[in-house]
Amino acid sequence: MNNNILSAIFSAEFAYSVIRVTTPLLFCALAALVCNRGGVLNIAFEGCMLTAAFCGVVGSAYSQNLFVGLLAGLAGGIGIMMLMGYFNLILNANVVLTGIALNTFASGGTVFALYILCNDKGLSTSLQSLAFPNVNIPLIQDVPVLGKILSGHNVLTYVSVLCVFLVYLLIFKTPLGLRIRAVGENPSAASSVGINVTRTKFTTLFIGGLIASLGGVYMSMGYLTWFGRDMVAGRGFIGIAAQNLGNAAPMATFIAALFFGFANALSNVLQTQNIPSEAVQAIPYVATLIGLVAYSSSTRKKKTGIKQLKRRVPDGL
Amino acid sequence: MTKSVSKSIKTPKEVEREFDILRVLLGMTIALCIAFLIILLISKDPLGALKSFVIGPLSTLRRMGNVVEAMTPLLFTGVAVCFIFSANQTNMAVEGGFLLGALGATIGATVFHLPPVIHPLVCLLLGGLFGAFACYVPALLYVKFNSKPVVSSLMMNYICMYIALGIINHVIRDPGAGFPASYTFDETAQLARVLKGTHVHAGIFVGLVVVLVGYLYLYRSRKGYEIRMVGKNVNFAAYSGMPVNKVLMNSQLIGGFLAGMGGAVEVLGMYTRFQYQGLTGHGFDGILVGIIAGYNPAIVPLAALFLGYIRVGADVMSRMNDIPIELVSIIQSIIIVLVVAERFLYKQKHRKLVEVAHKELAREEVAANE
Amino acid sequence: MDTVVLSMENITKVYSNGFVANKNVNFSVNEGEIHALVGENGAGKSTLMKVLFGVEKPDEGHILLHGKEIHIDNPIVAIKSGIGMVHQHFMLVPSLTVAENMVLGMEPKKKGLFSMEQAVKITEEAATKFHFQVDATARIEDLSVGKKQKIEILKALVRGARILILDEPTAVLTPQETKELFVELKNLRDEGLTVIFISHKLNEVTELCDRITVMRAGRTIGVQEVRNVSESDISRKMIGRDVQLNIQKSRAKPGDIVLNVKNVTKYSRTSAKKALDGISLRVRRGEILGIAGVEGNGQTELSESITGMDKEFEGSIQIGGMDVKNHSIRQAREHGLAHISEDRITYGIVGDGSIEENIISDRYYKPDFQKGPLLDLRKIDKLADELIGRFDIKCDGRDQPIKMLSGGNMQKVVVAREFTSGSSLIVANQPTRGIDVGASEFIRNKLVELRDQGAGVLLISADLNEVMELSDSLIVMSDGKIAAYFEDAAAVSTDELGEYMLGIRTMTPDKIRRVADND
Repeated sequence: MNNNILSAIFSAEFAYSVIRVTTPLLFCALAALVCNRGGVLNIAFEGCMLTAAFCGVVGSAYSQNLFVGLLAGLAGGIGIMMLMGYFNLILNANVVLTGIALNTFASGGTVFALYILCNDKGLSTSLQSLAFPNVNIPLIQDVPVLGKILSGHNVLTYVSVLCVFLVYLLIFKTPLGLRIRAVGENPSAASSVGINVTRTKFTTLFIGGLIASLGGVYMSMGYLTWFGRDMVAGRGFIGIAAQNLGNAAPMATFIAALFFGFANALSNVLQTQNIPSEAVQAIPYVATLIGLVAYSSSTRKKKTGIKQLKRRVPDGL
Repeated sequence: MTKSVSKSIKTPKEVEREFDILRVLLGMTIALCIAFLIILLISKDPLGALKSFVIGPLSTLRRMGNVVEAMTPLLFTGVAVCFIFSANQTNMAVEGGFLLGALGATIGATVFHLPPVIHPLVCLLLGGLFGAFACYVPALLYVKFNSKPVVSSLMMNYICMYIALGIINHVIRDPGAGFPASYTFDETAQLARVLKGTHVHAGIFVGLVVVLVGYLYLYRSRKGYEIRMVGKNVNFAAYSGMPVNKVLMNSQLIGGFLAGMGGAVEVLGMYTRFQYQGLTGHGFDGILVGIIAGYNPAIVPLAALFLGYIRVGADVMSRMNDIPIELVSIIQSIIIVLVVAERFLYKQKHRKLVEVAHKELAREEVAANE
Repeated sequence: MDTVVLSMENITKVYSNGFVANKNVNFSVNEGEIHALVGENGAGKSTLMKVLFGVEKPDEGHILLHGKEIHIDNPIVAIKSGIGMVHQHFMLVPSLTVAENMVLGMEPKKKGLFSMEQAVKITEEAATKFHFQVDATARIEDLSVGKKQKIEILKALVRGARILILDEPTAVLTPQETKELFVELKNLRDEGLTVIFISHKLNEVTELCDRITVMRAGRTIGVQEVRNVSESDISRKMIGRDVQLNIQKSRAKPGDIVLNVKNVTKYSRTSAKKALDGISLRVRRGEILGIAGVEGNGQTELSESITGMDKEFEGSIQIGGMDVKNHSIRQAREHGLAHISEDRITYGIVGDGSIEENIISDRYYKPDFQKGPLLDLRKIDKLADELIGRFDIKCDGRDQPIKMLSGGNMQKVVVAREFTSGSSLIVANQPTRGIDVGASEFIRNKLVELRDQGAGVLLISADLNEVMELSDSLIVMSDGKIAAYFEDAAAVSTDELGEYMLGIRTMTPDKIRRVADND
């Protein structure tokens, strides 16, 4: 049995599946990264992705146009993030509780709409929705082993890897990125040189919403080809943990997302083995918990007395 | 003379309180209005749907019973959230704690064989301990490693789910059930039905006791005072000499215990075996209940009744008409954001406060002239 | 040569709580001078500069730049008009490089992307032009405080500042860094720039500045050429006054030692300086030991160390024989500590709590207030009502949220708690800051009353009148050290005190050591 597992893990198929399941995590982690840099980290990515997944399916089904489906998905996801911005930045609502509300809204709202549209509360299979194609990469596909691992993925998977680079460019190489970082780190310094803090934060949320929505669209139009109730299943939270572990640096976040993807793929493989599937399915979440602790203890400075309390932000993530 | 004048003028304190209540009530009203609007837009028989939604829960005894049944577990998770959120900790593991509590009670009700009364008590205790464990992990990670409880508690929820399902499916699964479920509970462990023709069970009384004790603890005891002060200003609490970390752990352990007890009461009262297939949402409902109640256990029954009522109303509507029950989630989310949005109604409140201040000033001048 | 570049005329600023911070202030600076603006804490310097930089709007008066009236509604307008300000809290983004901070808000672009090259070039050109030495690619968080300050100055210069406001720039610098700063500021002056230099250290003022404006109690007292005036003259102008002794008190009858501070040293969190440098002192029952000094000279760190709020220090502190370091704050309080924190809002109160909840925070757990498993609310209500009466707290009742009270009444709540805990040591840090005269008087009288009942009091205050009025003996703190000790506070003149506070004089170690003598 052990041999079975090992050979299952050390196979090209397994590596391929790691990349496949990493994609939504990576999108979300990058979105969380951008938001963290801009001081607007929140937990509504879950709802954002779910809404995007739903809107993408519906949009593509009714237009029979992949591009329209994509736009609908992005609009839905970004809409959730803009609501986050409105309540948090304008109405001054607590960011965590607003996140809970928006996630509840997305979770109930999508099922509600799904039922209205296809009279089904679980799956959207009655809708003729479209999916993004898988593509083979010339040259690489012919390389033994590597070709099997890297080629033939969904278009959006390649987009997600491209996003690592794009997010790096955005954050570190553009004027906007500079402003996002300045606003996130020291808003009063930013406003002292004439930067509009609220507008920059909205922009950040917009970009975060855009990236996370791509992850949502991938869930229902790539990873799977239908929308299922609560199909994001905590990926929106794991993404946050991944960027925590990656310390909000694009490359490190990519690696952290791969790590969680690995845990995810591992649980998929082990489920076919004679091991309690629940133990295996819990792996990504336990890994995330361990990741959080590892991150926190690495950044914790030894302090005693009341000063330690001052730095704690009970409302944080 | 001045006394009679002062009676007619509201103090700023009263204005603040008034607006806090107004914000909650208005939030609930707006949410319901939006729900009505959705019904009107979508339903083929909007009036029938509205009728089922609004008065459906009152139409039969069984449905009134359903309301009570729906609010029963919310009393527990609602009070649990009062404890945790009063300490300003956003530990959402009450959701996982509820399920673990159900698991604990299931173990108690299937593995142990005890006399009546003692048996359910042991089950509740076990459930509570299991639930406390769920909230303990994120709390510990925060106190020891300074890892914020938001993401860790959400992860903990999933872990709790897999723990519960794993144990049910592999350790105490009844192969004869035909679906993944535990063995049936001993009859000695089940909570008695208290109203003929409904499923209302003794858990409602346990819940009301929890509300009462929770209120006394949080608002009338020294430990509760500590929790509230730590939540309102942790620096002040430390400056005054309170053991902050201990208080944080304490509030979350109690919260987890109550959530777990809720899970135990729910399975023992409503079912004859553990048959959940995933998280139940009672914890997140508890968060809404807690928010509406302003984290005060005394108001939890009202908030739980409200949520139970619209839940049953939506259920009736979804069965009689074409509106799915998920409408409740939409209502819930709107209420949460409006209640927690500090600046919602801010302008009105500010205007009122300024008005009061002016009246006060005028009164003082009059008094001075006299 | 002496062309007036900027003048502020008849500036009056009244804050919304009625405090008049500036009264008909006239202030003008010439092109190419370093102009010192001095005055005690609360004399109105900061307000005046906030008005100039567009942070506060004046109620009356106008500002002329090159003879033309301008309206500075916000800092952006100030920057555009060529006015730059270096705040005490730096407006820098720590994780960004020097060059990135330099161009923030006006980023150079190349093909749509941010051009780091050009940012570096802009930074280096400015650095060369103004004779600064900076590494444009270094991260701010890796730099020393002195360097950061240079970046702040350069940042203002890059944005075209011709008038530079420096708010107590040397408070965070080591002597070496201060020297460097002065060289650079003199260079700037020679380039024709104007520098407004706010400081409390008169030796620095005389070394660096050309002219000086003294402010006191919201007014300007006078403008003078620095070379025509002595340091003690300035000191007298700033501080000298007839101390009003409104408090009647008898001679102290010192008893046992309640507070013993031995050789306490503490490093600053934000700079390379020592916040406390070998402080030793002791307080006895029945006496008030006052600590005078300009704020930011170690008083905060000292009071936080004594009260157990911050345990990262070297040396030992004992309250009534109990070592503070390895005991909790509650243990310290049970051992006789009472503490009025200078930061009332952060530590002293819980704003969302009721008056009653604020009053009982140090004693709610005691058996006296328990009735079975619950709090004895009747007793607590009685206590709250009694204290509200005794301390004359104006409110709607004990359950009113404390945040609705005025500052003076809030502080009375704090005092009602701290003064009734039966303590033997009271650490009162700025007990009357920002509150009305009536409440201040009340609190001061209470302090004397408690002393007469046998408590030891450590009074830290930037209000000279207050320390001189209340203290039996007196310490002056300067730069984390004790600069002077006066056994008999009544025998000290304000002139003398001012000279120690402002760093003109320091006592010999022998004389200072007497404050820690345990006999």
